[in-house]
Amino acid sequence: MRRFFLVLLFAPAAVLAAGGDIRLDRANIDSGDVLSIQRGAKVFVNYCLNCHSATAMRYNRLMDLGLTEQQIKDNLLFTGDKVGDAMRIAAGKKDQQEWFGVAPPDLSVIARARGVDWLYTYMRSFYRDPARETGWNNLAFPNVGMPHVLWQLQGTQVLKSETEDRGGHEVEHMKLVLESPGTLQPLEYDKLARDLVNYLSYMGEPAKTRRVQIGIVVLFLLSLLLVLSWLLKTEYWKDVHGPTTTR
Amino acid sequence: MGKMMALLHWIDARFPLTATWKTHLSEYYAPKNFNFWYYFGSLAMLVLVMQIVTGIFLTMHYKPDAAQAFASVEYIMRDVDWGWAIRYMHSTGSSLFFVVVYLHMFRGLIYGSYRKPRELLWLLGVLIYLCLMAEAFFGYLLPWGQMSYWGAQVIVNLFAAIPFVGPDLALWIRGDYVISDATLNRFFAFHVIAVPLVLLGLVAAHLVALHEVGSNNPDGIEIKKKKDPKTGIPLDGIPFFPYYVVKDIFGVVVFLMVFSVIVFFAPEMGGYFLEHNNFVPADPLKTPEHIAPVWYFTPFYSILRAVPPLFGSQFPGVLAMGLAVLIFFFLPWLDRGVVKSIRYRGAVYKTALALFVISFVVLGYLGTVPTNVWGQFGAWLGVAERATVVARIFTIIYFLFFLLMPWYTRIDRTRPEPERVTP
Repeated sequence: MRRFFLVLLFAPAAVLAAGGDIRLDRANIDSGDVLSIQRGAKVFVNYCLNCHSATAMRYNRLMDLGLTEQQIKDNLLFTGDKVGDAMRIAAGKKDQQEWFGVAPPDLSVIARARGVDWLYTYMRSFYRDPARETGWNNLAFPNVGMPHVLWQLQGTQVLKSETEDRGGHEVEHMKLVLESPGTLQPLEYDKLARDLVNYLSYMGEPAKTRRVQIGIVVLFLLSLLLVLSWLLKTEYWKDVHGPTTTR
Repeated sequence: MGKMMALLHWIDARFPLTATWKTHLSEYYAPKNFNFWYYFGSLAMLVLVMQIVTGIFLTMHYKPDAAQAFASVEYIMRDVDWGWAIRYMHSTGSSLFFVVVYLHMFRGLIYGSYRKPRELLWLLGVLIYLCLMAEAFFGYLLPWGQMSYWGAQVIVNLFAAIPFVGPDLALWIRGDYVISDATLNRFFAFHVIAVPLVLLGLVAAHLVALHEVGSNNPDGIEIKKKKDPKTGIPLDGIPFFPYYVVKDIFGVVVFLMVFSVIVFFAPEMGGYFLEHNNFVPADPLKTPEHIAPVWYFTPFYSILRAVPPLFGSQFPGVLAMGLAVLIFFFLPWLDRGVVKSIRYRGAVYKTALALFVISFVVLGYLGTVPTNVWGQFGAWLGVAERATVVARIFTIIYFLFFLLMPWYTRIDRTRPEPERVTP
């Protein structure tokens, strides 16, 4: 019970913290780029799926991306799960709450809740912060409970204040600076983040591509019906508008 | 053919099939001058049927259980054949239901369709609108997202603001101290059976009342006053079947195209039809920064927020919000105009109506955003929030439209109505 009240006490702070007010970078994902989504799926399965679940997503749904069941089993399925299973994780919610202070959210529809630009910005905005328990903080999500899982790829960023001369006014602003590089070049890391966000976007609504395709057919058929119904209407209404109407 | 006629006679001897067809379709005479605004009644019926049909299919897969509801919606979106289409049709349908009903009501406003002899028809219509609001409210909890949960929390807490009985009433509605599994189950019951039953009954009564008094028209004159002496048919009337049936079919196709564009290309409608925060599962411990109802409730939500609390009680706001809806009931007796249609009304009425529409739209917009959206006034206005002040002004205009109606409709300089409808 005491823990419950503690949570209540900190909940407003956590919510405020989640609203990090920064300008978002454009993710510029291409939902038609299947290879990008495939690469993103690999990043997701390797790095995210240890702590975050995606319980609405089945592994074999990835056949949407042109993969065979065997390819999915060989490259993306590391747990004892079957290929028709949902993307679950072994860790329990209670344990995770104890480890991170908050259970990492399920990511099935995270792209629809947060938007792709936010996710892209978030993945690129981690920085070293000794004041935090994890040693990491994030500009898009201040005081986030998650450490920078991709730090070996991106390297370590720090937050530096910088003064800039703007028409005689000294303007101070905070800037992320790459202190020590990772195994990827900055541009390569951006591409990886973009692939991951592209995958998250796909996972948020796997039926989207089909939805748009069917929509085009539906609208085409309806436009035929539109012409027919208009002709039918004008044919009948000739009696009303024509000279024969005067009863 | 002979056999079909024999069958028809057999039925007619036992059930008024031909008579019903004649009364309501082939010999129901509607004014021949219906315009654009007259599509929305039949469209509202179409959407009602679509909501019922898609709703039945959703019910087959949805789980009204706090632990499973959110996941079951995603299950429908992914694992049920055509589930995504059915769900989007239902979610888009709910918003478009309000679009067509608001346009239908606006038609009634501009052409005076609520005036004698159509007062009961109007009252039944307002009851339908109330039912629709209840239906939408109960249904919105079912996906069990953050907005579902906290929206329901806010609305149910409104009842708690009622003096004396409020807290007990809110507890009785929720069936728990917070919105919970018990609330979800009862809201499901209301959404899928209780309210739809009442809604269907009211729609039937609305149609019976309409066909008794006959349709109004853009000129606001009674076509029944000028009948053919021989046949007794109104001179400006045409049978609903086939003329308005084929015309409404055209309207249906146009509507379905708009509907399909949303369902297939923009089902979230930029967060207005499906709110982003509702893709986060309900969390009783985490209040969202900004709680907003879906767009069709926002004018009333704005009014609720605009009215300042009295002695620390939100009750005045709740009362104002309730009155903002219920005041529509009194319209037939508030309007003292000589003519019904806006075509023959004067500048005073037209100005009042324009102000009302503007206030409805501005209040609607303000209800979707936080009250600090436009910042604050300076110290000269007590650093009041700009958006709140604007909402207060438009709330007053909203109510004045109704309260001053007996006065301004009487002093309005109207033009004479024509004898016959204008083509």
